[in-house]
Amino acid sequence: MATPTLDKVSSPGQDAGHLVTVTFRIRRFNPEVSAEASWQDFEIRIDPKERVLDALHQIKWEDDGTLTFRRSCAHGICGSDAMRINGRNRLACKTLIKDITEIKDGVATKPILVEAIKGLTVLKDLVVDMEPFFQAYRDVMPFLITKGNEPTRERLQSAEDRERFDDTTKCILCAACTSSCPVFWNDGQYFGPAAIVNAHRFIFDSRDEGGEQRLEILNDRDGVWRCRTTFNCTDACPRGIEVTKAIQEVKKALITRRF
Amino acid sequence: MQTMSSTDSITVDEGYDADNPAPVIEPPRARTGKTPKATRTNFELYGWLFMRLSGILLVVLVLGHLLIQLVLDGGVSKVSFAFVAGRWASPFWMAWDLIMLWLAMLHGANGLRTIINDYAQRDNTRFWLKMLLYTATVFTVLLGTLVIFTFDPNIT
Repeated sequence: MATPTLDKVSSPGQDAGHLVTVTFRIRRFNPEVSAEASWQDFEIRIDPKERVLDALHQIKWEDDGTLTFRRSCAHGICGSDAMRINGRNRLACKTLIKDITEIKDGVATKPILVEAIKGLTVLKDLVVDMEPFFQAYRDVMPFLITKGNEPTRERLQSAEDRERFDDTTKCILCAACTSSCPVFWNDGQYFGPAAIVNAHRFIFDSRDEGGEQRLEILNDRDGVWRCRTTFNCTDACPRGIEVTKAIQEVKKALITRRF
Repeated sequence: MQTMSSTDSITVDEGYDADNPAPVIEPPRARTGKTPKATRTNFELYGWLFMRLSGILLVVLVLGHLLIQLVLDGGVSKVSFAFVAGRWASPFWMAWDLIMLWLAMLHGANGLRTIINDYAQRDNTRFWLKMLLYTATVFTVLLGTLVIFTFDPNIT
């Protein structure tokens, strides 16, 4: 194995008093085996203070190597492991088992449901095709646009100007918000909350001069006006970004610039 | 609910293998030649604003209308041809009813247009539902407007 690991010193059964029995009910899909997805139960012994990602690792490494999911940093920064856990979009690496289940006599009373995020094509098990999501992201031009010559020193900005868009700089592009949006579920042509959040980050940046272009894009049929303010995105965001508020601020900017 | 132990593998029910792969699932939202182009108009912006502004006006117009028709002066039993003829003798009530008719119909139609856009799955369904909606809206608005302007209190 390429990754250096610590060998376990204690044998199984010893010092296992803190472990509990939890059933993970995972939505499996393998297009090479069957066109249908199905639920599969895995009963494991795990410390309830561990995260759902640790449980998935344990299942993959010890029970079923075919279980497929994305993860990279495993610490809530890379945005790879957004999934639907007990019906809510969360990062598996930021969700503690004890927070989402009730444990009685060392056994979890209900299984923990884990499935892929909705609204994007499932490729295998918990892995979805993120391309439509990133297409919407690219469409709002998430990069600094300026006119004229490049300054010889850095582009300075006051603390207040920086504060204006601070909330939307936190996005890690995990797609938890976009794949929790009922409008996106039904019509993926909608840009979705994540793309609007990343447009917001530049529209309200005092150094950026492409705001009008981005507003023009978001003013169209599949832009901000399709938002129904259901707040699913705000609830889903693992970074605590006020997504719906950001979308409303873009709407407000559009209205105040037109009138 | 289906329960399997961790040692069970998913059953092979279609017999797919390397020579007979499972059907490829097309991404549902790939941008293709048929994807609608950007319109570069403010139509959606005006539609959104109209819903808010007409909604505020309709609260006054509709609640006032219901109060006059159903509550004041003996309630619904007083409403007759003579009552309507008496009200429509005044341009104020004609204007009230006309504005209410137009705002309510356009507000409702725009709301349904939004719902159809959100929920219709296929392009064809979406198109025909909207055509039905627009036809019904235009018909009702025109008929109502015609009645308000050509109302004859002396009709026999």
